[in-house]
Amino acid sequence: MAGGTVPMPTPETAPFWAGTLAGELRIQQCNSCGKYYFYPRPFCRYCQSGDVVWRTACGAGRLVSYVINHRPVPPAAPNEPQVIALVELDEGPRMMTTIVGVTPEPGSLPLDGRVHVEFEPRGEQALPVFRFSAEAA
Amino acid sequence: MTGMHGGQIAIVGASETTEIGVLPDRSMIQLHAEAALNALADAGLSAADVDGVSTAGPMPFEVSHHLGITPRWLDGTMVGGCSFMLHVRHAAAAIAAGAADVVLVTHGESGRSRVGAGAYRHNPASPAGQFEAPFGALAPYSTFTVPAMRFLHDRGMTRRDLAEVVVAQREWAVDNPRAFRRKPTTVDRVLDDPPIAYPFTRDMCCVVTDGGGALVLTGAERAADLPGGEHAVYLLGSGEACEGPMMSQMDDLGTFGAFRRASAEAFATASVSHDDIDLLMAYDAFAHLPLYMLEDIGFVGRGESGAFIADGNTRKGGRLPMNTNGGGLSYTHTGMYGMFAIQEAVRQLRGQAAVQVPGVEISFVQGVGLFFGAAGSLVLSNRRP
Repeated sequence: MAGGTVPMPTPETAPFWAGTLAGELRIQQCNSCGKYYFYPRPFCRYCQSGDVVWRTACGAGRLVSYVINHRPVPPAAPNEPQVIALVELDEGPRMMTTIVGVTPEPGSLPLDGRVHVEFEPRGEQALPVFRFSAEAA
Repeated sequence: MTGMHGGQIAIVGASETTEIGVLPDRSMIQLHAEAALNALADAGLSAADVDGVSTAGPMPFEVSHHLGITPRWLDGTMVGGCSFMLHVRHAAAAIAAGAADVVLVTHGESGRSRVGAGAYRHNPASPAGQFEAPFGALAPYSTFTVPAMRFLHDRGMTRRDLAEVVVAQREWAVDNPRAFRRKPTTVDRVLDDPPIAYPFTRDMCCVVTDGGGALVLTGAERAADLPGGEHAVYLLGSGEACEGPMMSQMDDLGTFGAFRRASAEAFATASVSHDDIDLLMAYDAFAHLPLYMLEDIGFVGRGESGAFIADGNTRKGGRLPMNTNGGGLSYTHTGMYGMFAIQEAVRQLRGQAAVQVPGVEISFVQGVGLFFGAAGSLVLSNRRP
């Protein structure tokens, strides 16, 4: 894991990881109750309906919490503090991620700041990471 | 007809390993055995008297076979560090139902020296392995801590509130010879400690130690006839609950539903109220947990936990003495601290704690497991209602 741990898709999550490779953040929506949910599974987490569809999320959200890890793990360098962040998508679901394009310090990480998704290669996969949107700067 | 609550089941033996801290000369399984034999001696019972075995980490049959016990009842419930709260609850149900008469609950972990301990296994195909670990959310200090900024932000609280937790608990540890961190400290010093995962500094994270503990439970009627009967501690009520294995998928980052549900059931089954509690043991792997627990259990209102601790309510002479051994932050933390929280509650109820609180009759023990994964709550008393 010199380059960081690489997610291993399962049959149920493969469309999500195919999406990140194609530059799309794909999440699922329930046709029965209308809710978006994450992580992927072939039924709704809220009402257990199997009538669910894949959607491409708009890719925008807000930073809801974070830590700055001073004992970073790869691919971060040993002396490079690592932002481990939670982002809530505009569609509702929350994801673990990182914030790119900022110095890893509290003053650069305003809670509720608007962010949008980008994709970073990780092994043979691509990870969804987030960057502060211009209007939040 | 015996019930599981209301003081009908008793803890008649309780002990930690003879030493805790740095024990490179003892393997994980030996820590279980040492604690078990100490607890049986404390109860005035022998291994032959035990017919139920509970543990988390190793399988119950690894522990029972190692000790030469042939149980007719097993519980290997493993929900992280609060597994032992669940074991007590399950043992009480089993004893009440007649499925076991004497249950031994063991914990041992070579958390610091890693002697005879299994390796951590990462599963890149699990939900957490796919959707959290790739971002560095692997170690407890960089994962369990991630919701804390939201908790503080929404309440107008700050890192100083985390530091106050450390300072309040260190005050108990200073006078406890078995505690791992005993140097008095201040809020400013805690904030100036080396950062581990901002907002958390070193002393806001638990110690990492070796050690073990064990409990012996039986029915209260039988307890009365045992040598350990005079220091029996009774189970008044209990609860267990869970949420999920991923920090990102908490229902609400600022409150843990499993604390709310487990504690509510413990209060309801014990038929006691918050005002009846003389001592709170609040599992503190990291400094934000007592803040969540005080609010989620309902000892204080939303947003009041920081001021409650800063004002001294949980210190010596305070309204609600909390983590009187020093807690996971200062006393010990082998990896699964729940056993030690129960041990301290029992010592306080027996009047045998290193730093004894006068007049403790009812103690509330709140556990947490596998980050914000599971919770277990116990209400213990030195009197049968």
